[in-house]
Amino acid sequence: MKKIHVIASAVALTAVMSSNAFAGATLDGVKKKGFVQCGVSTGLPGFSSADEKGNWSGLDVDVCRAVAAAVFGDAGKVKYTPLTAKERFTALQSGEIDMLSRNTTWTLTRDSSLGLNFAGVNYYDGQGFMVTKTLGVKSALELDGASFCIQAGTTTELNLADYFRANDMSYTPVTFDSSDETVKAFDAGRCDALTSDQSQLYALRIKLGNPDGAVVLPEVISKEPLGPVTAQGDDEWYKIVRWSLFAMLNAEELGINSGNVDELMSSADPNIRRLLGKEGIKGSGLGLPDSWATDIIKQVGNYAEAFERNVGMGSALKIARGQNALWNKGGLQYAPPIR
Amino acid sequence: MSVHTPHPDMPPPILNVGVLGWLRSNLFSSPLHSALSLFAIYLLYLTVPPMISWVFLEATWVGDSREACAGGGGACWVFVKVRINQFMYGFFPESEYWRINLAFGLLIVLAIPLFIKRFQSKGKLAIFILVVYPIITFQLFSGGNFGLTHVETSRWGGLSLTLILAGVGIVASLPLGIVLALGRRSKMPIVKSVSVVFIEFWRGVPLITVLFMSSVMLPLFLPEGTNFDKLLRAMIGIALFQSAYMAEVVRGGLAAIPKGQYEAAEALGLSYWKSMGLIILPQALKLVIPGIVNTFIALFKDTTLVLIIGLFDLLAIIQQAFADPDWLGYSIEGYVFAASIFWVFCFSMSRYSMSLEKKLHTGHAR
Repeated sequence: MKKIHVIASAVALTAVMSSNAFAGATLDGVKKKGFVQCGVSTGLPGFSSADEKGNWSGLDVDVCRAVAAAVFGDAGKVKYTPLTAKERFTALQSGEIDMLSRNTTWTLTRDSSLGLNFAGVNYYDGQGFMVTKTLGVKSALELDGASFCIQAGTTTELNLADYFRANDMSYTPVTFDSSDETVKAFDAGRCDALTSDQSQLYALRIKLGNPDGAVVLPEVISKEPLGPVTAQGDDEWYKIVRWSLFAMLNAEELGINSGNVDELMSSADPNIRRLLGKEGIKGSGLGLPDSWATDIIKQVGNYAEAFERNVGMGSALKIARGQNALWNKGGLQYAPPIR
Repeated sequence: MSVHTPHPDMPPPILNVGVLGWLRSNLFSSPLHSALSLFAIYLLYLTVPPMISWVFLEATWVGDSREACAGGGGACWVFVKVRINQFMYGFFPESEYWRINLAFGLLIVLAIPLFIKRFQSKGKLAIFILVVYPIITFQLFSGGNFGLTHVETSRWGGLSLTLILAGVGIVASLPLGIVLALGRRSKMPIVKSVSVVFIEFWRGVPLITVLFMSSVMLPLFLPEGTNFDKLLRAMIGIALFQSAYMAEVVRGGLAAIPKGQYEAAEALGLSYWKSMGLIILPQALKLVIPGIVNTFIALFKDTTLVLIIGLFDLLAIIQQAFADPDWLGYSIEGYVFAASIFWVFCFSMSRYSMSLEKKLHTGHAR
């Protein structure tokens, strides 16, 4: 009898993706669960990292904590789902997490085609340059003819080429596979400058043999606004996340911080009174308790406190405020008023 | 008449015995060998002393912060020291570490009798370890019953997670692989084609794709709100993937058994399962022990791929620690630590397989 050999078979999977229709459901779900499930990075210095006890901290983590403080009055009611870059949107789309706060760049493609809403910008990042102090360079425009250590296959490589072509300058690229190799090469003097996103540059600087011997130049040659994201279709939840961030910014602008918030409860300033839920719309517009902003400020702090603690001068990274200063101090951080 | 005493033996030439003799015959037997030996010694001289001095002599062992390592030329083991609990237990609550210790301690206690020759009911114990023990372990890890607090799988991590993933993969893939191998050699067309398709499908895709599909695509196919545990998805993926490889290893063993053995089994009137279980498989599996252990070792190391789906196995939790702003720049120490742990486990597996081969040696081996 002739044997039949089955050699190969191709399997084609078709799936009908269910639409995300759960308006208003997220807040109810979160209240029922008793915690906010927040997607964070598996590890990015200053933005989300776990200490040796397993406690998460960072600028992105603080957004999750602020939302928990607004909803529950307790910033600790967060569970973190560490996500890789590729999984992050699926986790949000599938409802595995309630919000994503994972150094995600706000772009048109992501905002329009992935079923997501960007709730704001908690860190304005952008590609910058780091050079050794001995080079004596004050601006990126003086880097004509310099050699650059770059990580291969990243957008930073393309941005660098564009910037130098636009300014009619030349450079020599020295490419590496990983960021660790890149920084080792820079440390060993194999190139004059290192280029990457600014938040990264500060983290890489710590890895140098002599961190103080290197300086990050002020120029930023690309726009990378990073912010928290929610799934499309639940405007109520989206607004809670959005205004939790705005509350931190408004608090900084009004000079309210975790230290003086209790004293300022009796302030006569109408702006402060509105933010702290003493008059005006209070929490009703968002479906939250009136003390929502007060709880954020008390437990997480205002934006300046979060920034300094995680990435600023109070941390190992020592990132300058730069673009992330408030609008009235020469930066880009601007929150609509609470009234 | 004097008795003839032969002249005592002359000692062998000094260059042919002892250290010098060994050196001459092994390292300097010809000009080419001499040149290669000198070159190799030079390479060792270049690499080994700096490595030893980095790992041991100049390394920093005491302290509990980054400052302790400032200025030291060698490795900063303080980084590993302060994080060792996390590397072992992941994000498991500290007060519940005893549950993990108990689970692995129990395994060691249960496994010891298997190595004692005079112990009679090894079979029963093995079945206990394979069937009851995983349930106990799951209860200990997950909790939720018997007054133990529930610990979600997202908090499992570190070496304990690596061992769980590898353990589940090993325990599930061997029987599945045997069944698939038998299926592929079966005369029944449907059984045979199902096995062939299964094996060729899972061998045809990379493990990283399997994990990725399980983590990124699967949730989109499932109805809204169903949350199918990520760790469970990864475990199923790894078990199915490795069983396909295991099937081919076992099939190699089955093919090596002479036809006469099959015919003899049939002539005795044994049923299919009896002839396989009593005659063919014991011989076949013994032949492919190196192949099986090879697959296990590959599996053990492949578990690190779960880091792309955000599970914190040993390697991932070490990499995660690099992101702590307080410990930036100590990645080499972390990787060296991970490598040494993996080496210890893989090397012991390989030694165990060698001793097993020796024990089961019945004269076929050349």
